[in-house]
Amino acid sequence: MRDAIDPRLEDAEGSPFPEQTDPTQRVEQNRDLAFEGGAFGLGETLIAAPSGAAMRTDVWRRFRRNKLAMLGLAVIVLLVLAALFAPLIARYDPYQLSSELRKPPSSEHWFGTDTVGRDLFARLVYGARVSLSVGISAALIATVVGVIMGALAGFYGGWIDAVIMRVTDILLAFPYIVLAIAIISVIGRGQSTVILVLGLLGWLAIARVLRSSFLQIKQMEYIEAARATGASNMRIMFRHMLPNAIQPVIVYSTLFVGAAVLSEAALSFLGIGIQEPTPAWGLMVNQGRKFLTSAPHLLIFPGAAIFLMVLAFLFVGDGLRDALDPKLK
Amino acid sequence: MTARPLPKFTDDVLLSVQHLSTEFRTDDGVVPAVDDVTFDIRRGEVFAVVGESGSGKSVTAMSILGLVPSPPGQITGGQIMWKGHDLVQASPAEMRAIRGKEIAMIFQDPMSALNPVHTIGEQIGEVTRIHEGLRKGAARTRAIDVLSMVGIPQPERRVDDYPHEFSGGMRQRAMIAMAIACEPDLLIADEPTTALDVTVQAQVLDVLLEIKDRINSAIMLITHDLGVVAGTADRVMVMYAGTSVEFGTVDELFYHSRHPYTLGLLASLPRLDDDSRTRLVPIPGQPPSLLRRPPGCPFHPRCAYAQTPSPCATDAPVMRLVDHLDHRSSCHFAEQLVARPEHSR
Repeated sequence: MRDAIDPRLEDAEGSPFPEQTDPTQRVEQNRDLAFEGGAFGLGETLIAAPSGAAMRTDVWRRFRRNKLAMLGLAVIVLLVLAALFAPLIARYDPYQLSSELRKPPSSEHWFGTDTVGRDLFARLVYGARVSLSVGISAALIATVVGVIMGALAGFYGGWIDAVIMRVTDILLAFPYIVLAIAIISVIGRGQSTVILVLGLLGWLAIARVLRSSFLQIKQMEYIEAARATGASNMRIMFRHMLPNAIQPVIVYSTLFVGAAVLSEAALSFLGIGIQEPTPAWGLMVNQGRKFLTSAPHLLIFPGAAIFLMVLAFLFVGDGLRDALDPKLK
Repeated sequence: MTARPLPKFTDDVLLSVQHLSTEFRTDDGVVPAVDDVTFDIRRGEVFAVVGESGSGKSVTAMSILGLVPSPPGQITGGQIMWKGHDLVQASPAEMRAIRGKEIAMIFQDPMSALNPVHTIGEQIGEVTRIHEGLRKGAARTRAIDVLSMVGIPQPERRVDDYPHEFSGGMRQRAMIAMAIACEPDLLIADEPTTALDVTVQAQVLDVLLEIKDRINSAIMLITHDLGVVAGTADRVMVMYAGTSVEFGTVDELFYHSRHPYTLGLLASLPRLDDDSRTRLVPIPGQPPSLLRRPPGCPFHPRCAYAQTPSPCATDAPVMRLVDHLDHRSSCHFAEQLVARPEHSR
């Protein structure tokens, strides 16, 4: 007797319309979908405030519940404040030499002095500027390039996709230190070179992440609907698809800031990154390694600073991923 | 028989599709999704396209809008005449200018056809911003106007809601609002009520019909639901396996059908006014794969009227006039079929 009063063709035997489910079931599914908020980060906002703020508040609420992420955020805020107000915090000029070489921490020099007598605390505080600006600038470049490349590849497909993906394959297969050395030997050493190198290597993963999101979202009916309104390709890509695809990119970019700080330290440690006398943490580790036994503070403090900053960004990135994905409770 | 009022449509042909063929080239071979389909839509009418899934009705709509995904899809023949221009030949920019402005589309599933990250108002307003260059504020005002036209309560407040804050029926109304924001001449509605509760279906159809008269457009209604067709359409085209098999006014098709497939559909339709205990008569078998479409008449393997030896299995039938007005059928034996849709078999 199934649904005999519903005057539909599908109720004939053998259901000639296999794709059609019972309409009431469909509505049920829709309701479930709405409840879950799908992968759109809307989460439990079904009954929430009537504005775009709802989504952001919700993400923030879930983020706040994550203690490690909040700790990471606190560390980042502290480091940013330190970098911004470095002259107010440090009592010494980070470039000022003195005759007090490799002195251990004291009330005079909280973190001791380095091999040429500069105050280590001042250099660490000013070094936060270097690390943060390198990390964030590199992440910005990587994100912008990665988003454009990933969007083009995922949206257009075909030969554009093939070319972009092969380029990323080639660059990913290159040992990045070798590539960095190659680029640096061409355009010279310095902070902007480091930013450029890291940014140009970092977009690869972002492009791949965005491309795969785009491939998925391209199939969505609301993209076809946008086309049916006469929207141009650019509008569809950046107004309709990108906001739906950007979340994994945000997470990755945050994680990448940490990775870039670490890579900057590595490049500086190798002597091909930031140059003396700029107070870069990696450079300071390099100088300290020779005095590991006699003056361990030269290694410990900059090492700990790198560790702290990288870990903070990783925690925040992980927290963001969980907060943006309502399916992970 | 019933005394349905005469169709309100005029002779003003809005869209004329001539011998349209659309193919998909897949790894398994060429799929003729639409094969030599001819019809026209007149200003003010509701033109229904009926058929099972895979019969080519959605691809027909996509071909009109120039939205057939290419590759693998391609319009391989025919003309789509719109206001004196052939849309098959139109450039992408020309098609963009027509889409949403002159021909708008209403999608089947309002849950997935609205972008979850933009407010309802932004999505409705976007159409006007693209085509009329409206500023943000003006677009929002227009969005409120059309939302109230489709019967959304408190449109000033709901305009800033996100799709997930709307119920299914309201979302479909919002989709309609989006489609009518620029007062298009033709609305293509692809199964506009299939995803909705039965109780909401009628409301949404009413809104659609009312709007159609208000903005003096035509509706191409794609559906598999003969109940919807009976209640709303003026003329009907029945599609089967990528071809059109019968064509005529609703009355002609429901009461004087000249094609076995249409008769089969009607016989499998339960009727509330039928108190006899007759069982529903399903059409035996499954619709054919378009990759291996039967030779001759594509419906002949399932057809109760097919005769052997006969042209059914060998000759492709020709769509031809079988009755007064423009009732056309592509059955070899259309002239012999005297329809008794009341569960006659």
